[in-house]
Amino acid sequence: MAAQGVLWSSAKKCFTAGLIGLTVSDRYASFMAVRGSSMSPTLNPNNKNSSGFVFDDYVLVEKFCLGKYKFSRGDVVVFRSPSNYKEKNVKRIAALPGDWIHLPSLDTVRIPEGHCWVVGDNAACSMDSRSLGPIPLGLICGRITHVVWPPHRLGRVDGKNNILAEVQVDMLEEHRD
Amino acid sequence: MRAAKLLQYAFRQWKPAAKEVLGHSILLAQFFSLLHLTETYICSPTLVYGPSMLPTLNLTGDVLLVDKLSLLLGKVGPGDVVLVRSPQNPRKCITKRIVGVEGDTVTFLVDPARSDRSHSLVVPKGHVWIQGDNIYASKDSRQLGPIPYGLILGKVFYRVWPPEDFGPLGQ
Repeated sequence: MAAQGVLWSSAKKCFTAGLIGLTVSDRYASFMAVRGSSMSPTLNPNNKNSSGFVFDDYVLVEKFCLGKYKFSRGDVVVFRSPSNYKEKNVKRIAALPGDWIHLPSLDTVRIPEGHCWVVGDNAACSMDSRSLGPIPLGLICGRITHVVWPPHRLGRVDGKNNILAEVQVDMLEEHRD
Repeated sequence: MRAAKLLQYAFRQWKPAAKEVLGHSILLAQFFSLLHLTETYICSPTLVYGPSMLPTLNLTGDVLLVDKLSLLLGKVGPGDVVLVRSPQNPRKCITKRIVGVEGDTVTFLVDPARSDRSHSLVVPKGHVWIQGDNIYASKDSRQLGPIPYGLILGKVFYRVWPPEDFGPLGQ
């Protein structure tokens, strides 16, 4: 009887913890593994280390920015891929609505209302807005603020504006900060 | 010595109260979590208004129940009325009907009020084609293009307000 009581109470505790944990990860912040080398200098800098094992970076994703969908240029964001909703991609925002983008192919694109232009830090192997086009802001599901694993790389992911040289951005005056 | 005894006394006095507060706050957090999970994964009520779905939904405003479960299971198909995050303004949601899913060929009137010119295209991978029931006053895929599936928030399946229209929403 006593054993049953202990079992029941621990099951209840686990249920409560799971419930609260899921809510916090949905609404406020969660952890996520980043695969691939498309954000290479910032995340997953050496995809293969000496022993040949691949270690993924774990990052902290904050979701407070989803309340107002207010982002700035240089933010590293997680968004659902427009062509496959089950897949999530990590890229850096290069331009916001109203900006003009000069592509190397001599095209000039204006970012439509409610969209943004995303690029990977590793231009060589990154599938980003250059092939997908502008991404609706509604697909974004969080902003990456910190790397938490591996421990020696613990630190902030800064929103530096090292947007690829080949993509030139004309900023709108109202967005400039 | 006396201070330690006082501290011990205070601790003994406050312990049940602290335990009670902790218990209550955990109960509250549990309640909000359950509410949040029901809202995000099972179903949630929303208020919609506007002319774009006119024969189906009223102009002045309806309260609808939005089913999130069938979206997670990928069971949203043509003919369903869906709630979609607007691609032009992520803070706004729009209600439209799915006309075609990926791979379908859709034919639509470009400007139904003025001409009969029609246009057809194939919906790309991972996208859906949405249109309002009132094609004369609806801003939908005809202007916005195909909508990524990830922008769909849920399937509308029940109307709870106004009371005379209470009931499931037909196809």
